[in-house]
Amino acid sequence: MPTLLLLGAGSDMAIAIARKFAAEKYNIQLAARNAAAISPLQQDLQVRYGITATTHAFDALASDSHAAFFDALSVKPDLTICVFGYLGDQEQAQNSWQEAHTIIHTNYTGAVSILNVVANHYAAQQKGSIVGISSVAGERGRQSNYIYGSAKAGFTAYLSGLRNRLFRSGVHVMSVQPGFVNTRMTQHLTLPPLLTAQPEAVATAVYKGVQRKKNVLYVKWHWKYIMLIIKLIPEGIFKKLKL
Amino acid sequence: MQKRLANWGNYPAIASEESAFTQEDQLRNFVGSHHRIIARGNGRCYGDASLSAQSISMLKYDKVLAFDTTNGILEVQAGVTLDQLLDIIVPQGWFLPVTPGTKYITIGGAVASDVHGKNHHVDGAFSRHIIEMDVITGEDNTLCCSQTEHADLFWATCGGMGLTGIITRVKFRLKKIATAYIRQTQLKARNLEEVIRLFDEYKHYTYSMAWIDCLQQGDTFGRSILIVGEHATPEELSPRQQQAPLTLPAKRKLVVPFNLPSFVLNTFTVKAFNWLYYHKNYKREMHKVIPYEPFFYPLDAILHWNRGYGKAGFVQYQFVLPLEKKDGLVAILQKISEKGWGSFLAVLKVFGNQDDLISFPMEGYTLALDFPVRKGLLPFLDELDEIVLQYGGRLYLSKDARMKQEVFWKSYPNAQRFADIVQQYNADSKFASIQSERLLLTK
Ligand SMILES: Cc1cc2nc3c(=O)[nH]c(=O)nc-3n(C[C@H](O)[C@H](O)[C@H](O)COP(=O)(O)OP(=O)(O)OC[C@H]3O[C@@H](n4cnc5c(N)ncnc54)[C@H](O)[C@@H]3O)c2cc1C
Repeated sequence: MPTLLLLGAGSDMAIAIARKFAAEKYNIQLAARNAAAISPLQQDLQVRYGITATTHAFDALASDSHAAFFDALSVKPDLTICVFGYLGDQEQAQNSWQEAHTIIHTNYTGAVSILNVVANHYAAQQKGSIVGISSVAGERGRQSNYIYGSAKAGFTAYLSGLRNRLFRSGVHVMSVQPGFVNTRMTQHLTLPPLLTAQPEAVATAVYKGVQRKKNVLYVKWHWKYIMLIIKLIPEGIFKKLKL
Repeated sequence: MQKRLANWGNYPAIASEESAFTQEDQLRNFVGSHHRIIARGNGRCYGDASLSAQSISMLKYDKVLAFDTTNGILEVQAGVTLDQLLDIIVPQGWFLPVTPGTKYITIGGAVASDVHGKNHHVDGAFSRHIIEMDVITGEDNTLCCSQTEHADLFWATCGGMGLTGIITRVKFRLKKIATAYIRQTQLKARNLEEVIRLFDEYKHYTYSMAWIDCLQQGDTFGRSILIVGEHATPEELSPRQQQAPLTLPAKRKLVVPFNLPSFVLNTFTVKAFNWLYYHKNYKREMHKVIPYEPFFYPLDAILHWNRGYGKAGFVQYQFVLPLEKKDGLVAILQKISEKGWGSFLAVLKVFGNQDDLISFPMEGYTLALDFPVRKGLLPFLDELDEIVLQYGGRLYLSKDARMKQEVFWKSYPNAQRFADIVQQYNADSKFASIQSERLLLTK
């Protein structure tokens, strides 16, 4: 049975991904800051799908601990999915470095730090898959969330570089660009239904993407075109828009 | 985010801010810092019991925590739905001890309504099978309660419509089954007298209920079909079914995609439906072995059938009358038949003993009817309430959307005791629904 390491297992999207892969008979390693809080999910996966699930304490912001965290895994995962992220508050991030710092380090630095460790391991063994959940917010900075967006932009660029580097080692790297997803992170927002994916749909798309070794995955196909248009708007016009 | 919320009857609808949680500490924090909130399961109660300006959707709180497959004990978070559980337990030879007529409800909803099934006269309501459960009360601590521990909280939570707090975890006993099939017998009854006689004759069956055609007059007044069943043994299955006795053949679902215009459901269509339904049973007595799904959940095969009633929605009227008061049943059916407001679904059942403090079932007959919302409906239902009161019966809170407060206080003998316990655990009305405000159960 293959093993999946899920980094950031507390979110709605992570729960859906864990269930999808467990249903496809993966053993699951759930990593989250508060390991006790995800033990109900661990139990759920074992009862529902008859697989082995384990919990592991992992803090994206504690980069110093990342190598030791990976070393301590008694079974090394065949597939690693990096789901954690932090939307934060744009206005607060403009005014206080504390919030900006958390956004940047959770979405970018922390992800790079742990995935470097995983990537080196996969490169050495010449196999493995890495999936990074980035965001369409990273494709063009907008006044409403550019701190988050810029960190995700960095993450997207990191993943594409990693894909380039690991291609020859036979390691698969996939970047996922979900648009709006109906999760706790977005439950206070009014989202357009046509453009909003359910976490289960993201999970299924990720599973299929892994099977087919896709490079870049847009969860709702419209997004690819929406972002294309958004990227094509000339800067002179774009800067005047209230986005 | 504000959204329009309504339960299964689509009446009433209100604007509500809905929040959802996957983790206990987040849920507790939310409860600690908010007021006048109500837990919401899958919105399958018909009326206003899980509606409030602030609601907590429990659907993401859906982890299955433990399944003791030797003793048939299941421990789950309250937001998991019965259909998810059936998929896990049936293939391992276990079944829900009690199930309502739809599997799209949550365990929290099953406890808060203390739901009954077709086996109430044998197995009681859902509460009878609970070993223990956790409730986040108004003092924002989580209390584990059972028939022996915090018993007052336990009994006020079973059937308590979410007013004692948020149920987070439930541990309950399952029923052993050898197959996923039911051996069913259908019996045609010419009128109400006959179906009541048949209920008595077949009361040793674990499962029973009857469909009534409530638009008949004279000789055929109350003609109906009684359906009784038992879990089938492996020997009773066909050779093909025997190959995998605990798994069902896969089936696709029909969906009613939008609200039908209201003229679709008028007396004529109801008559036609009932005629067809009655005559489909061409023999007086029919036996067959069928999968558990169409037996327990015939309506679930058509998802969103509630939309058939149109935008205005409908009200389900479910009452129970004491066993010796069948003339009350006649009086109510007469009134409906005179009015010509029959319903597609009229389900008759016999209940066993009363379960506890505030749950609905008591020994007697219960009838459930659907009425599309239209002019004059509410006064008409008030008239029916009078008859129910006169015969010592009461209405099911989980179906209610309109009962007047005095009807509740007169018909539930333990209303005051229940209100006192709610007051004890929910003193500041942290948990409140528009139903609880209407019935004066919260201030
Ligand atoms: C087609 C159909 C057939 C039905 N047949 C039957 C039947 O045969 N027998 C029967 O008894 N009922 C029947 N019902 C009614 C249904 O079983 C109940 O209304 C049930 O409570 C709905 O559960 P829900 O999860 O949808 O909860 P909701 O409808 O959302 O809520 C119902 C009540 O439970 C409370 N609640 C929900 N979750 C929690 C929680 N975690 N903590 C505290 N309170 C909570 C709510 O506050 C509310 O008071 C039927 C309903 C339908 C639509």
